[in-house]
Order: sequence, then structure tokens, then C-alpha cells
Amino acid sequence: MAGLPDQGKSQTTAEGGIATDPDLPPPAVDEARLDAEDRKWTPGRIALWAAIALLGGVAWFMLAIVRGETVNAIWFVFASVCTYLIGYRFYSKVIERYITKPDDRRATPAEYKADGKDYVRTDRNVLFGHHFAAIAGAGPLVGPIIAAQMGYLPGTIWIIVGVVLAGAVQDYLVMFFSMRRGGRSLGQMAREELGVIGGTAALIATLLIMVIIVAILALVVVNALGESPWGVFSVGMTIPIALFMGVYLRFLRPGKVMEVSIIGFVLLMAAIIGGGLVAQTEWGATVFHLDKVTIAWGLLIYGFIAAILPVWLLLAPRDYLSTFMKIGVIVMLALAIIVVRPEVAVPAFSEFAGRENGPVLSGALFPFLFVTIACGALSGFHALISSGTTPKLVEKERQTRYIGYGGMLMESFVAIMALVAAISIDRGLYFAMNAPAALTGGTVETAATWVNSLGLSGVNITPGLLSETAANVGEQSIVSRTGGAPTLAVGLAHIMQQFIGGTAMMAFWYHFAIMFEALFILTAVDAGTRVARFMLQDSIGNFVPKFKEASWRPGAWLCTAIMVAAWGAVLLMGVTDPLGGINTLFPLFGIANQLLAAIALAVCLAIVAKRGTFKYLWIVALPLAFAAVVTITASYQKIFSPVPAVGYFANNAAFSKALADGKKEFGTAKTVAAMEAVVRNTAIQGWLSVIFVVLSIIVIATAVLATVKAFRDRAAGRATTDNEDPAVPSRVFAPAGLVPTAAERELAAEWAQLPAEARLERMGH
Amino acid sequence: MGAGIALVANGFRGFARYLGGIVGADAYAKYLEHHKAAGHGEAPLTEREFWRDRTDRQDSNPQGRCC
Repeated sequence: MAGLPDQGKSQTTAEGGIATDPDLPPPAVDEARLDAEDRKWTPGRIALWAAIALLGGVAWFMLAIVRGETVNAIWFVFASVCTYLIGYRFYSKVIERYITKPDDRRATPAEYKADGKDYVRTDRNVLFGHHFAAIAGAGPLVGPIIAAQMGYLPGTIWIIVGVVLAGAVQDYLVMFFSMRRGGRSLGQMAREELGVIGGTAALIATLLIMVIIVAILALVVVNALGESPWGVFSVGMTIPIALFMGVYLRFLRPGKVMEVSIIGFVLLMAAIIGGGLVAQTEWGATVFHLDKVTIAWGLLIYGFIAAILPVWLLLAPRDYLSTFMKIGVIVMLALAIIVVRPEVAVPAFSEFAGRENGPVLSGALFPFLFVTIACGALSGFHALISSGTTPKLVEKERQTRYIGYGGMLMESFVAIMALVAAISIDRGLYFAMNAPAALTGGTVETAATWVNSLGLSGVNITPGLLSETAANVGEQSIVSRTGGAPTLAVGLAHIMQQFIGGTAMMAFWYHFAIMFEALFILTAVDAGTRVARFMLQDSIGNFVPKFKEASWRPGAWLCTAIMVAAWGAVLLMGVTDPLGGINTLFPLFGIANQLLAAIALAVCLAIVAKRGTFKYLWIVALPLAFAAVVTITASYQKIFSPVPAVGYFANNAAFSKALADGKKEFGTAKTVAAMEAVVRNTAIQGWLSVIFVVLSIIVIATAVLATVKAFRDRAAGRATTDNEDPAVPSRVFAPAGLVPTAAERELAAEWAQLPAEARLERMGH
Repeated sequence: MGAGIALVANGFRGFARYLGGIVGADAYAKYLEHHKAAGHGEAPLTEREFWRDRTDRQDSNPQGRCC
């Protein structure tokens, strides 16, 4: 009845061979005991897992097979949570046993490099929350909503199955291998494992990918705030609030983080409520009514200033707010969905699932669904977080499964909840909000006519509903509010008002949702610009050593300006795009994110092969192959597809030809200038796709070569190089998962009896 | 009744401590603990110095935030 195959066990014990201090209790639970605990299937345990499997099975049956008028949202919760539990209990343990093989007798970097600052042993549950707050942001709240165009089932399956087999595997492996290397970054690991060519390609790809990701996140904010005085005011207020918090923490009461966060949170709520009042006044409506181009420029200038200001003034305090909001919002969303249990009227597969000309996202289900939903299923960006910061804080090796794999499951759950919130609103409303203005015409009448003309089953929307919803959420219009954020906000407001406050509170909930998404994104934009600037400084520093000095202002400012100009150009391109912006750029975001995932998995593949684990290499190869196939196919179609809606160059050619023919308008571009803009944009987007895919293929190829070489070396009996830090015996113990097992409790009790001096002697340095 | 309130208060304090841990509000306490354990000769940084140092080091060592 054991869930795992039998062999390979002896290797785990043989591999370590570290002499731990005999005067101390053992720093790891005895292998045999651990194994016995894992394999002991008491009747209670069998019943529990049978119940989880049964409930999950029923939930999947309700979602995938039963075709009623509506499906209740609670089935999404059961299907996802039960699948996560099974994936975590069984699949992640397979990975632990055969691939990572953690050894708690080895000290983690947080122990052997302890400095009280960057390397600090952190309680596993606290670190779980910390890691989750660092990986989860606006991404899982946007992609699933855009993909809801195809119906709920494709997205749901990909989010849940994808995370178990791909996303969480990537996060876990990257975290573990980075931990074994003293917390080295993905870029450093790529260089070590793949050599100069692979490493350099990985570095350039990462830099470009960060530019794209920051630009498109910024585009989501711009779309949510355009022509919305309320939103502009309340999101704008986060800047002075953060500055105040920064000054408070630096000069007034240093270190009182909780205190200042509560003050900040109260001010934030006041800013949301105040925004409603300001937007009602005539001057407020005029001053804060900004068009998208103005907001984009504002964001650009803001991005530059924020990235050169000291961290304590703006970034650190806003990060506190953002983290609290993140946890609060997710708990709130989960509670609301469980309490309200909205009925979902969206079909499992919509009319657009089998077509490639959908209005919200163009392209066929394969591969574009899989790139549109990146965060929540498989997100390469996480590899940058999972390497570096978190590994320096892990207390014991075995905890990485809980923090890395488990943390990603949690993000996936957020994506599922965002999907549920978005599909609980009227379908007609969904399309009116998410189709570009070029299609809807921008007014409630034209939008309603256009939506009804799509011939979607059960959809019959009136202009009245569109204006009524806009009025309810305190906006002038909700037509063509693309980018996902406003749709999620309407969905959340729709659910929350049934829970607390009724229709009168809808406007508050809507702007609350916009506020937290903007907060997450602004933090990501700031941090992304900073990280990218350092990467650029480091790269230029290879040629001009002066640039490596982080404190050299001209270099820092120049590199910041370059990075901001790069993402700013993409952002402005998206904002002014006559074709709609989000629908043309979002695939690029997903492709970039998944390519980064492919790069991270390729590095993991090479590492796993060098460790000699060939039999279970498929655990890494499977998600790598899938990510590679999806992104390369998507890039191929974006580059070579003859369908203008899909292929960048096909569109480019179509518009170029129209210009050459002397046409004054073409498709959705109504002026010659707009046509020229399309030609320019599609060329840039097309070439970006080319560069991404070429770089990624180089990285994957070098990883495959490294894998083959490792295999040959092993077959020929040659020693393979291992880039792990040398093993240091551990002098601490902590349980591995959320709930300690009996053996872990016993051992922890043994350690607790030890006088503190005995435990810590010899730790001095 | 009193026990119930104490229980709720305790739970709330625990939750607040947990949240504080996530954002890193306890960083100074952990630093002091490390300093003591490591047996350094010199006096530890004061709270103000520690937080200054912490954010200033982040300036040259940025941490990513995800999407």
C-alpha cells in the first residue's frame, strides 16, 4: 500500500556520510524511522487519503463531465485542493526520494554561513509565508482571467495539473540546488553548469525577459487606471503613504515594522474611501481623469525615480504593505468563495476554445492557453526568487519540499480563485470588458451590439447592464477594460458584496481589488527594474570594470535609465497599439515567462544528470520538454503564422502592403499613423520573439549536451564535477513539514532539553 | 470566560508574530540572538544602526519580487 517504489533507498544513506557531533542529539531523524513512518498505512490514514481522492474525483467529475446549466464554484476549490494534497503527499515525495535526496545531517547555508543578516535560520512556517509572498503577485490574477475566453476547463486543468507536474517541481528543484550551492542565483548556476555560452545566453535571456515582464505588468496597471479618477487617486496615494512609512521607520521608530504597517494599512483604506469622494467632486474628476498615455509616462518617470531612490524610502515600506495586502486578499478571496459559493455560468469549453481568432487572446488553445496562464501553473520568474533569497534562510534541507513545492501549490490556488472570481460574472460583461476598444467601439451601445453579435450561447447583454455595472463599481465606463485586473475586480466585488455590504459596497471592493493589484505590480516593477539594473551593471562591468561598483552613481543611473527606457518603450507600444495592446503583448509575457522556466529546468536537468540520477531524469525532462514545446511552438506561430491575428510578421506584411497600396485605414487601424504604428510594433514584437526563442534554444541545447556528457562520464567511470558547497555537519534540528511527525517531535524534545551553550559552542567564528 | 479571552489573545499574538516573521519584523531580534551565539567580542549594532544597515545593504543587493 506504500505510495512509493522500493529501490534507491540505500543511496540516500550512503551519499551523505558526514560525521555529526556525537555530543549532540542527531540533527536528522533516523532514515529507517523516517521511511517506516512514511510507509506505515494505518486504517485512519488510508481512510483519510481515500476520502481526499474520492472528493477530488467527484469534484473533477462535476467540473469536467457533468454538463449542467451552471457549476458551483466550490467544486473548483475541492478539485484543486484535493489534487494539490495528493501531488504534495505523493509526487513531491518521489522527487525528494529520487532526485533531491535531502540530508538533514548537512548544515544549510543559513547555518554554516550564518551572519544574522542575510543568512538566518528561519522557522519553516514563517519562511513558507515569506517565500509565498515573494513569488505570488499579480501574475496569477491576470493570466487565468484572459484565458477564461476559452471556457473554464482548459485553464483549470492546466493550472492544477501543470503546477503539480511542472511549476512546483521547478520551484522545488531550483530552491534545493541553490541551497546546496550556498544560495547562488540562477544565472550563476547556469554559468557553472552550462559553461560560458549557455550561461551567457541564459543571462541575456533573463534580462530581456525581465524587461518584457515588467512592461506588461505595467500595462495591466495602466489599463486599470486609465480614465479612472478614483483608481488614479487611491493608487497614487500609495506613494506618499509609503514615503511616510519609510521616514517613520528610518528616523522616528526604527524597527517597528508591525506598528507602521498597521498605520499604513489604515491610511491605505482611507485612500480607497477618499478616492471615491474625490472622484465625485468636479475638480477631482478633472485632475485625476488621465488618459492611458499620460499614466504610462507617469509610470515611466515613477519607475526611474523609485529605482534610484534608496530602498528604505519607498521600496521597503511598500513591500510591507504589499505583503500584508497579499495575505489579506487571499484569505478574503478564499473565505468569500467558500461562503458565497457563486454559480458559474461559463461553459467548460467556450465557442472560442476551438478557434484561433478570439477577441481577448488570439491563437489556438494549443499552445496559447499554456503561455497565457504562466503564473499559477509554471512560472519561470519564480526561479529567480527560489534561487538566491529563500535558500539563504532555510533551516533544514528537508524543509525545501514544503517551502518550494508547497509554496507554489499555494500560488496555484490563488490562480484558481482568480479564475473563479472572473468567471462568476456575466459572460457578456466579460467579453465587453476584455475585448479591445477597436472591437467594442468603446461605448455601452456599440459594445452590447458587438457582444450579442458574437453568437455566444446564453449571452444577451444590454447597454443598461454595462452602464449599471460601471456605476455600481464607481467607474465612468467598464467597456474594453482589458488586462484582467478590472475583470477580477468586478468579479471580486460581485462576490464580496454578497458576503459583506451589498451593492453599496461594490465600488469599495472594486477599488480595493484594483489597489492591491496595483500595489503588487508597482512593487514588482520597482524590484524588477533594480534587479535588471544590477544585472546590466554586472554585464557591462565585464568590459568596463567601473560599472561593477554598485555605489558608483553615474553607472547606476545610466543602467537604470536604460532598463526603464527598455520596458517603457514596450509599455508605450502596448498602450498606443491600435490592435489593443494586451491581446498582442500578453502572449509575449507568457512566452517569456515559460522560456525562463525552460531555462531553469534545463539547468536543473544538467545538475540532476551530473548527480548521476538518470533513471528519474524524466521528472525534470517532462516539464522541460513540455515548456520547450509550448514556447517554441508559440514563438514559431508568432513568427511564422500566416494568420495576421496570430503571426507578428504576417500582420506586419499585411499592414505594410496596405500602406504601400496607399490605403488610409486598414483593419482596426483608422489612420495612416496608426497603420505605421502597427508595422513598427509588430516588427519589434516579432524580433523579440525571435531573440527569445534563439537564446532559449541555445540554453536548452547546452543543458542537453551537459546531460549527455554527464551520462558518458558516468558510463566511462570518470568523475563528474560537482558545484555544491562542501558538506558541513549540522548542529541544529527542526521538523520538515507543516505538522511534525512523531519521530520529529521526539527528536525536537531531545534537542529542547539540551542547554543552549552546549548547542551553540563551536559555532563562533 | 477569562481563560477564553486569554486563549484568543494568545492566538492573536501568535498570529501577529507570524505575520511579523513573514515581513521580517523580527530581524533585529534574530540578529541579536546570532550575535550572542557567535560570541563576538564587540558590541552589537543598535536597533537604529541595524535597520539602517539592513535597508542600505538592500540598495546594493536587490531582491526580486515576482509577478
